[in-house]
Amino acid sequence: MNSFSLTHVGYLAVAAQWTIVLSLLAFVGGAVLGLILALGRVSRLAAPRRMAVAYIQVVQGTPLLVLLFLSYFGISILGLNVPPLLAAALSLTLYTSAFLGEIWRGCIEAVPRTQWEAAECLGLNRFGQYLHVILPQAARIAIPPTVGFMVQVVKNTSLASVIGFLELSRAGQVVNNSTFQPFTVFLVIAFMYFALCYPLSLASRHFERKLHVGRQ
Amino acid sequence: MLVANDLAPAGARRAALTPAATDAAAVVSVQNLVKRFGPHTVLDGVSLEIERGQMVAIVGRSGSGKSTLLRCINALESIQGGTLRVCGHALGASDKGVLRELRRDVGIVFQSYNLFPHLTVERNITLALTAVKKMAKAQAVEIAHKVLALVGLSDKAQSYPEQLSGGQSQRVAIARSLALSPQLMLFDEVTSALDPELTGEVLKVMEDLKRQGMTMVLVTHEMAFARRVADIVVFMHQGRVWEMGPPEELFTRPRTAEFAQFTSSGL
Repeated sequence: MNSFSLTHVGYLAVAAQWTIVLSLLAFVGGAVLGLILALGRVSRLAAPRRMAVAYIQVVQGTPLLVLLFLSYFGISILGLNVPPLLAAALSLTLYTSAFLGEIWRGCIEAVPRTQWEAAECLGLNRFGQYLHVILPQAARIAIPPTVGFMVQVVKNTSLASVIGFLELSRAGQVVNNSTFQPFTVFLVIAFMYFALCYPLSLASRHFERKLHVGRQ
Repeated sequence: MLVANDLAPAGARRAALTPAATDAAAVVSVQNLVKRFGPHTVLDGVSLEIERGQMVAIVGRSGSGKSTLLRCINALESIQGGTLRVCGHALGASDKGVLRELRRDVGIVFQSYNLFPHLTVERNITLALTAVKKMAKAQAVEIAHKVLALVGLSDKAQSYPEQLSGGQSQRVAIARSLALSPQLMLFDEVTSALDPELTGEVLKVMEDLKRQGMTMVLVTHEMAFARRVADIVVFMHQGRVWEMGPPEELFTRPRTAEFAQFTSSGL
């Protein structure tokens, strides 16, 4: 048995990088899909609206853990050998997109109706109304809740450890198995998660304050 | 004139948007217009002709249908009956997507300004010029400065809407519409949110516009202004045109008890 040392901290720090990679993948994929879902939710056509609602309800109603197992084992059933990173990124993307889609729908709807009307009366078509008038304003409204949700995503990447993806939490289990100092190990891990999330929380608060001032 | 109804297929609605003879005297011609919100009839057979260069003031109590009439003229509302011809475009049951062409000929200014808060005053004005009319940026900026000068706000080009007073915001909104060189301007209670001092500066801009020959329809509670400046005053009551005519005639000799009562309480 060896005791917890700086070597272990280094090992955890390397694993933390995979937490960051997974968070970024989830966030980029989730943002792209989430924007499509948000636009589908506010569409004037019934079909995209219904599909977006169905998707969001199903995904939001499924535990992330189950999504992880489904992606990992589901794709293997098709005979493909899935790297854990891919399965984890896929399930986190699905999860993130469902929540961002709903958050952003709210932000789009928070832009006053009269802004649509004014843009329409100037002759802008639906695309132009979105591009020049609605989305820039919705984006401002969206920054605080979006950054807040990013914190959730970072923490939820820890669940990817169950499918064997070696990120920060999984690395913690590995280190604990060799040192048997769970309290120390997980304290260090908690601190590392905090170090990842705190800047996001700070940014969120900063944007919130800035937006609030801008609205006065 | 082709009149589409609610059941007409999209193709027929598109055909409804046909340019009529350009020398038509009436810029706006409304015949028997009916507008319903569900079971509630808001406009109950309104007929109205507006000639080029005229300023028409629509007055009446809240809920009389005057704002709805204005919105119908700009196809912001669908209509359930009657015919509507605006700037040579014959509109039946209006289809918002198809009627975009109409918007190029008609400018509208709202009570709540509806400026775009994330854009500078200049960009508020140039947006439609570059994005809709595909104008070069330099040319659009030039027009923006010209219309800002018209409303006396040349120094505000780089300001954001939140830095403007209500009166200035409303003048920018007017400038934004003017930049598209409309044939017809609609004003929907544009001074109702302003205090008397700011109201004056906006009304002055509107009076200047009239002097330059702009055809205008305004829904207003400014009776003194309507009486002094408008060519025609229309009194609406319960979704109908109750009285209509030159202001002096109307205000000095009301023909109906409703208008007499309205003017005595309103003036």
